[in-house]
Amino acid sequence: MDLFEYQGKELFAGYGMPVSPGELALTVEAAVAAAGRLGCPVMVKAQVHTGGRGKAGGVKYAATLDDVAEHAGRIFGLDINGHVVHRVWIEKASNIADEYYASFTLDRSAKKHLGMLSAEGGVEIETVADENPEAIARIWVDPVDGLSEADCRDWVADARLPEAAVEGAVDVLMRLYEAYVDGDAELVEVNPLILTDDGRVHVLDAKVTLDGNAVFRHESYAAFDETQTRDERETAAHAKGLQYVGLEGDVGVIANGAGLAMSTVDVVNQVGGRSANFLDIGGGANAEVMADALEVINNDPEVRAIFINIFGGIVRGEEIANGIVGALERVNISSPIVVRLDGTNSAEGRAILEPHLSDHLRVASDMLEGARQAVALAAGEG
Amino acid sequence: MAVFVDADTRVVYQGLTGSQGRYHGLLNRDYGTRVVAGTNPKKAGTDVEGIPVYANVAEAVEATGATASCIFVPAPGVRAAVLEAAQGGVEFIVAITEGVPAHDEALFYNQLRRDFPNVRLLGPNCPGIISPGQCNIGITAGHIALPGGPVGIVSRSGTLTYQALHELKEKGIGCSTCVGIGGDPVPGTSFTDCLAAFEADPDTKAVMMIGEIGGSAEEEAAEFIAGNMTKPVSAYIAGVTAPPGKKMGHAGAIVSGGRGTARAKMEALAEAGVKVGENPTEAGDLMAEIVAGLG
Repeated sequence: MDLFEYQGKELFAGYGMPVSPGELALTVEAAVAAAGRLGCPVMVKAQVHTGGRGKAGGVKYAATLDDVAEHAGRIFGLDINGHVVHRVWIEKASNIADEYYASFTLDRSAKKHLGMLSAEGGVEIETVADENPEAIARIWVDPVDGLSEADCRDWVADARLPEAAVEGAVDVLMRLYEAYVDGDAELVEVNPLILTDDGRVHVLDAKVTLDGNAVFRHESYAAFDETQTRDERETAAHAKGLQYVGLEGDVGVIANGAGLAMSTVDVVNQVGGRSANFLDIGGGANAEVMADALEVINNDPEVRAIFINIFGGIVRGEEIANGIVGALERVNISSPIVVRLDGTNSAEGRAILEPHLSDHLRVASDMLEGARQAVALAAGEG
Repeated sequence: MAVFVDADTRVVYQGLTGSQGRYHGLLNRDYGTRVVAGTNPKKAGTDVEGIPVYANVAEAVEATGATASCIFVPAPGVRAAVLEAAQGGVEFIVAITEGVPAHDEALFYNQLRRDFPNVRLLGPNCPGIISPGQCNIGITAGHIALPGGPVGIVSRSGTLTYQALHELKEKGIGCSTCVGIGGDPVPGTSFTDCLAAFEADPDTKAVMMIGEIGGSAEEEAAEFIAGNMTKPVSAYIAGVTAPPGKKMGHAGAIVSGGRGTARAKMEALAEAGVKVGENPTEAGDLMAEIVAGLG
């Protein structure tokens, strides 16, 4: 779950981290009014779930309210890497003396938390890692022990932050670690972390990704879920509780299990087609979930054919076939469907489908054959 | 022989009284698994179809000699359940539950390493483990696996594992043990752990590996194979066409910052001498060729 900068800063502020006063604006008028209350100069910052805002013209300094109106007017509706700006954050401008980088994330290889700190902030950390890897000080934190202040101090020394920033940096980093662990974040990143010209270490940006699996212990995170960037199809699928990712092809894919769904998308592409989506209906494959899945795919105007790829394990072929038949009675599907049914009692399942077969509903003997048929149908052949 | 579990493994089910735990626990028992106990602090003294229920794992171990635990409790309770199992004295823990927070996983992984170095955790978010004909712990349909070896399977994905077992069975090829390590960011048991166990198991002559996008576990496995494996390995990696930045169902399946792509994993494995298939069927065919060549 990705947070906007303003949401990340709100989260950080809850852990006592120093952030600038600011307000969210959804219109140019609101942006100007916010700047009026905060007092110029302010920064006008596009709120999108992607990087590279500055380069795209999504972050501007405004010395006057007229500047705010002008910049906000340009930034609203701006397309930044495919993300259109609908929200703008207005915050009090800071006087920057120096810029650093700080983050925590999970190192899946080491199975420990990884902190990264660099005296070279303000640029993308990937660039620093490529061009000057020694400029990044890393610390691995055992989750059982947590981050001690002594280790944090060594880490800051290792990053060679200037003397004036050391005390402030230690304080912010201890709080950043707390926000990361206590907040169940996958990533917390501050870039830049700045030293102001009056000697304070201050959080100027916030990039936060939260672990969706931890929502059960964070009531407030439901609000973040509502602001996730999803296309229309993903929003509809999400509302039905389906694991769906929108792609750009014309073959709708339904499979049971994440691995099989991913594999199905691959195989459709391997035989010369393009998948319209990834959709995992989980283990059950009953009529209700199958109908929901078909409905989501049916509403995708790009879809020309549908490939249902199900492997029966504990769920038997008959149940799956009855699920498909039941779903087809509920939803009127415009595209032709190819079903590949394998595994437990697949012959019995296919026998149930048999009387329903037509040009619109076909069965395939295996995964590759099913993909080929669906791709041919999408291309208007077969 | 098999790896991690066999006919002597005695299993306690944490969450046996819940719907999933009951359903799969009883299926596992029907398969022949020695399902000796369940736990539920509120239902101690009762039973589930003749399986005695104890207040906690320690009591179950004391009363029944359980050597392994299988966890079906809901995600918020998994952290406590894993530690309870380790403290209770089992040596093998299988956590089936999906949706466990990554920070919990990182915490109990490191806690086990430190305080219970002899306890092995499998999962969370995994289908479990089956040594066909001997022991089935988890949610795999036992009949899709042909007992007897010579192939060991290790996989990050549930349904693709079933697919692999099924394809091998269709070709008349048996399996020594099939380990589902799960699709989460911090799996208790890694590819490398399983490859080492299969390398040491006399009944396993070849290994089939099923990976997916995200992380670097497959690359680490490739390194291990190049340096330590004498037995042939075939592999399949799902997610070749997955777009960066989008999670493909599993919490761990994401290509981020250009890392964790399927192609990079396939190349690393091929370089280590692994026969890499482009799709599950091809990987099954490659394994059939390997098995035919075993003589």
